Amino acid sequence: MTSGTPRTPGTLGTPQTPGIPGAEEIIARYPRSRSALMPLLHAVQERDGHVTEEGMAEVAEHLGLTPAEVLGVCSFYSMYKREPCGRLLVSVCTSVSCLVNGGPELLDHLRRAYADDPDVTVEEVECLAASDGAPVMQVNYEFHERMTPAEAERIVEAYRSGELTPRGPSGESHTP
Amino acid sequence: MTAATETRIITKRLRDHPEDSWTLARSRATGGYEALRKALAMDPGAIAEEVKTSGLRGRGGAGFPTATKWSFLPDGVEPRYLVVNCDEAEPSTFKDRMLVERDPHQLIEGIAIASFALGVRQAFVYVRGEFALGADRLRVAVAEARAAGLIGPDVMGSGYDLDIVVHRGAGAYICGEETALLESLEGKHGMPRIRPPFPAIAGLYAKPTVVNNVETLATLPAIVTGGGEWYAAMGVDRSRGTRIFSLSGQVNRPGNYELELGLTFRQLIDDLGGGLAGPGPVKFLIPGGASSQWLTGDHLDVPLDMDLVTKEYGVMLGSGAVMVYNQDACPVRVALRLAKFFAHESCGKCTPCREGTGWIRKVLYRIEHGEGRPDDLDLLLDVGDNISPGLNAPFSQTTICPLGPSAVSAIVSLNKFFRAEVDAHVKEGACQVA
Repeated sequence: MTSGTPRTPGTLGTPQTPGIPGAEEIIARYPRSRSALMPLLHAVQERDGHVTEEGMAEVAEHLGLTPAEVLGVCSFYSMYKREPCGRLLVSVCTSVSCLVNGGPELLDHLRRAYADDPDVTVEEVECLAASDGAPVMQVNYEFHERMTPAEAERIVEAYRSGELTPRGPSGESHTP
Repeated sequence: MTAATETRIITKRLRDHPEDSWTLARSRATGGYEALRKALAMDPGAIAEEVKTSGLRGRGGAGFPTATKWSFLPDGVEPRYLVVNCDEAEPSTFKDRMLVERDPHQLIEGIAIASFALGVRQAFVYVRGEFALGADRLRVAVAEARAAGLIGPDVMGSGYDLDIVVHRGAGAYICGEETALLESLEGKHGMPRIRPPFPAIAGLYAKPTVVNNVETLATLPAIVTGGGEWYAAMGVDRSRGTRIFSLSGQVNRPGNYELELGLTFRQLIDDLGGGLAGPGPVKFLIPGGASSQWLTGDHLDVPLDMDLVTKEYGVMLGSGAVMVYNQDACPVRVALRLAKFFAHESCGKCTPCREGTGWIRKVLYRIEHGEGRPDDLDLLLDVGDNISPGLNAPFSQTTICPLGPSAVSAIVSLNKFFRAEVDAHVKEGACQVA
């Protein structure tokens, strides 16, 4: 696995800086420090674009755990990406309401459109809890409902051009 | 007969004020936190008594009476926690996302009322990881409420202290199961715990803990304001009050509808949902989320009554999702998609579920793709019987949690209603509908 590759600094993310932003404050929220494990993994993913081995080692250091314990938890949850992915993560639902409202066709279209594009990763996901807006996709965890293939592509391009501001790689808003 | 309408209680603010329903200003201008003020002047036991009188049952899926769940907390053991289940991931359920995004203050008020009633000083809201906007709105709302003295130290000058922590999940359906959620909140794999002990005795950090669903807690301000008897006057039998039904699939107006319990599926689909979209009549519907067994177009006049649907028809109202399918929909294709979901989301702790969900997916895949064998449906039922012996509803289980048995619901439904269609897949070598 390629790990430790810094994200390209730019408008879509924060350049890699030492330390996990807000780590002490996050840990202090909880009666027991281990509860901060998931928020800290989100924080390193926000910082680095995905959860690197170094990031997991930092989390382990903060919490007094072994890197293996952190990996064991990290690998259980689908939102933590342990491989580099595009700056834009497009998640397309194909669950049972989107299934009969164009979800699979939307997924096929976007997969083909961005097959060789390093900026955009397209993934199939389970129900996103927006079934009244089927078919549904998220771009960096922002909802976009009642999609057509053309409209979905237009939205991805709007994020790429800066017309729309994406959330971070773990879905945090950078403009609260 | 006049068309059925919504009874908007917990969806009133967000429907009346779509432009700013999530702000503290709008909440306060429409009566927000007045129920908390009233509750803080009550005896905590009297609040629990009102909830008992209201007949409120958990809105997450199991439908367990809320006041009874609260009553299991042992006296005098501290600290004790309230954990809010906002890990909404049951396929086609989308009510809690709406409530947290569009009326987070109503939820916070409900959390504060429950916490005060239970003697809890720290509450955790476990928000599904994918709900980025919901987590943003809730964090802002918690900060606003704290700054206004509505939570935090000395809540509204009462001397009562309450801290609320917003915690994001990271993509795991199983964490909606309350003991898996607690494991996850402790920073571990989200794997269910064997009960007993129940969370009320040994929950978060092995301390007494109540886990309640978002919609359940969001209902508390209305119950405190109107009184338990007012709430209990709505509904049918042991299904009191209103519930939000998430209607989706092939209907003209999919959406969340807050209904007095006891209306029928037909009223929900036709009067509120604008009727079936595409060729009718209704071919099948999945009530209660993916975990329930199915109904067909012959069952549209069945009432939305939590106990009756289980006793008479073997299905659940569960999370309140209702998915509707027209004559063009292929039940095998839908069952396969559900099987893929359960196989992906099985946490792997119990062998019958870990192995069985994978086999169900594989066998359904070959049926749907023209490779089915004549006895495949019986094979599926046999696999299902290993997870849920007897294949009954409510189900028995060889697993710690209900995820495994839930994966069996679709194949039992195929056998019950669509055996001929499964056989046609096998004989014709492919799906004839899609």
